[in-house]
Amino acid sequence: MFEAVLLTVITAATPLLIAAVGELVVERSGVLNLGVEGMMIMGAVVGFAVANQTGSGSLGVVAAIVAGMAMSALFGFLVLILVTNQVASGLALTILGLGLSGMIGEAFIGVPGLRLPELYIPVLSEIPFVGPVFFQQDALVYVSFLLVGAVSYMLFKTRAGLILRAVGDNHVSAHALGYSVVRVRFMATLFGGACAGLAGAYMSLAYTPQWVENMTAGRGWIALALVVFASWLPFRVVAGAYLFGAVTVLTFHAQAQGLGIPSQFLSSLPYLATIAVLVLISANRRLTLVNTPACLGKPFVPDR
Amino acid sequence: MAGEEHRAAASVRSETGMLLDARGLTKRFGDILANDRVDLAINKGEIHALLGENGAGKSTLVKMFYGSLEPDAGTISWQGKPVSINSPAEARALGIGMVFQHFSLFEALSVVENIALALSDAGDMKALARRIEEVSTDYGLPLDPNSIVADLPVGIRQRIEIVRCLLQEPQLIIMDEPTSVLTPQEADRLFLTLQRLASEGCAVLYISHRLEEVQRICHHATILRHGQFVSECDPSKETPASLARMMVGTEVVGVSLGAHQATGGTVRLGLSNLSAKASTPFATELRNINLNVRAGEVIAIAGVAGNGQGELFDAISGEMRVDNDMVRFDDVACGHKGVNWRRRKNAAFVPEERLGHGAVPGLKLSENIVLTRHSTRDGLTGAGFVSTTKAGELEQRIKKNYDVRMSHDDPEARSLSGGNLQKFVVGRELDRKPGVLVVNQPTWGVDAGAAALIRQALIDLAREGSAVLVISQDLDEIFEIADRIAVISRGYLSEPEDAHTMTRERIGLLMAGGAEENAGAA
Repeated sequence: MFEAVLLTVITAATPLLIAAVGELVVERSGVLNLGVEGMMIMGAVVGFAVANQTGSGSLGVVAAIVAGMAMSALFGFLVLILVTNQVASGLALTILGLGLSGMIGEAFIGVPGLRLPELYIPVLSEIPFVGPVFFQQDALVYVSFLLVGAVSYMLFKTRAGLILRAVGDNHVSAHALGYSVVRVRFMATLFGGACAGLAGAYMSLAYTPQWVENMTAGRGWIALALVVFASWLPFRVVAGAYLFGAVTVLTFHAQAQGLGIPSQFLSSLPYLATIAVLVLISANRRLTLVNTPACLGKPFVPDR
Repeated sequence: MAGEEHRAAASVRSETGMLLDARGLTKRFGDILANDRVDLAINKGEIHALLGENGAGKSTLVKMFYGSLEPDAGTISWQGKPVSINSPAEARALGIGMVFQHFSLFEALSVVENIALALSDAGDMKALARRIEEVSTDYGLPLDPNSIVADLPVGIRQRIEIVRCLLQEPQLIIMDEPTSVLTPQEADRLFLTLQRLASEGCAVLYISHRLEEVQRICHHATILRHGQFVSECDPSKETPASLARMMVGTEVVGVSLGAHQATGGTVRLGLSNLSAKASTPFATELRNINLNVRAGEVIAIAGVAGNGQGELFDAISGEMRVDNDMVRFDDVACGHKGVNWRRRKNAAFVPEERLGHGAVPGLKLSENIVLTRHSTRDGLTGAGFVSTTKAGELEQRIKKNYDVRMSHDDPEARSLSGGNLQKFVVGRELDRKPGVLVVNQPTWGVDAGAAALIRQALIDLAREGSAVLVISQDLDEIFEIADRIAVISRGYLSEPEDAHTMTRERIGLLMAGGAEENAGAA
């Protein structure tokens, strides 16, 4: 029983984690992309459609990543090249994604989907309890953890990460030092789009292997909120995503037990719990301030 | 003509080893010719001053040397070879480093990360940290490589920029007004470092409008006015007055202090035990500040930036609420009251940041007048409506009395140059003849002529019976206008002392922490 609960927690948390880690990189570079929901749903529908047509889950995942990147490239072009308002462009991207995915997905409603296979890690998956929970997952769960580690390493241990943080902290100085602010931000935006697309693929190929219109159901927005409440720190995003996943699953079980708590309260519980805990862990204001990208959402126009 | 002699002198100098030779550099921004055929030559191992008023084109010129601007015309030779410097990275590769006036540091990053970003090949961070420690100690500018910039005071931040330049082993360091953020003692230490660099053969291009320090440390000077080359000279052979004349083009009129009659005046602005916790991790806590500003006097508060000046201003203006008795205007407690309430009590405030804080960039000047004066007795509002006629009249009056120059009538605040906008925001409050005036950095970024006008107006206001409190980082300005001087350091305010007996050395000691022992009853 407990094993099964843990398994569902992991599947509920993984799409949030992937999308949030991508958005974290975008925001660290100083770009605020509110279109995560739109990019995710596009990843979900394109991933499902390609997997359905080709019969290959891997191709579906790749196509979902490409779809997310294409959406983010559009966003990047608007806000970085044409210097449009980031908030408005992000909202528009979400609306575009929701509408477009509904149109593409029309033919796939009710079509049985393809589930990504589970990868059993040799030896480790044999460990009682731990094995089935952590080492008999589908590939994207492992990818999500590798992603967090890689992003954290890249941001804080490599020169590329240093430049990315510098651009997000003070784009005028970064430009004065000779770094291309727009290029760094474009790359970060594309990475964020790829992650959102991947998170979408997880929704339609692993979480619930089918296509339902609007199936991301606000997870893109949760991912955005997680990034802020996690003070732009990758490992805090893991904590937030898993907490959210855990409370979501627990409320399902609570409802199933018929505890007499109003269901509206139960369904708001994951949000309340996540916000409460992340506010508590970000109580260290100095740490939060140092990690907040100072140029977040600010347009940059080079003076030459 | 005198210019011919200067040219002859330059050609003699050039034989000793010309490092950088710029000829006819021209740069145009829209209608404005920021640099008009400017010549400048720097020798190896020379501390070369670049003098000029604000807007004379100094920053534009050095940005072309540093590759952040592209000249429209003219040539730059580096060690005898013509070069085109297309980016700061290319400038650094040639051996040109720059220390910016408004620092180009990344606040959220550590010292070593900041420096690594400027090096094309930073290598291992631990090794770099060790090198930073070595070089900084060696040049008398010690740094802790792992501290976060946001936690460091301004003087240390400048060290980071200097050490960042030194690590690139430059042959020319450009410094843009480096002493404007330093205490006199810190400035002395900087001068020692510069002289050592020069003796090692590194040239320094030193931008400043402080004539005393230019005379003290610079071997040679180039003077710009209105974007044009005026002359070059050996500053040690000139007097401050002759240098100022070359910069401004006319005699600079000194400020006349008038009779000081403060001793018996009533207290118009009183601060008692003013304390306030820091509102953000990077703000300064105000600690038990006591000060009485009397009718008829100008009190100046000196201090290095970031020592609580902004917080003190906010507490007095009402942007930050404190205990009611901590701030009193004409003996009425108002620590709980807002800005407009205090304005109605005949107080006026000019904040440091003129665009965004002192004036709304996108609003017309007349609208900006309404914003600070709607609740005072100026008749700008009635029955809930704004009198645009009256606002327009005030705008015309301020424009005329404070010499605010604008291209067309009643423009948006953001279209004014920094100096003109400063004249406007100071003039807007002076025009009211307030009983208490608090000004943070009254002449920051204003040219010498306009600065003299603003300073004279502040003194005149005080002599008419108002109390004037000036917060400034410019010691020359403070000595020019203040009757009494206090120093703020880490949120402590020293007891104000008579300006005639106060010395720069004493201010420096107070800035370096002496204010804390000296804080007490005013």
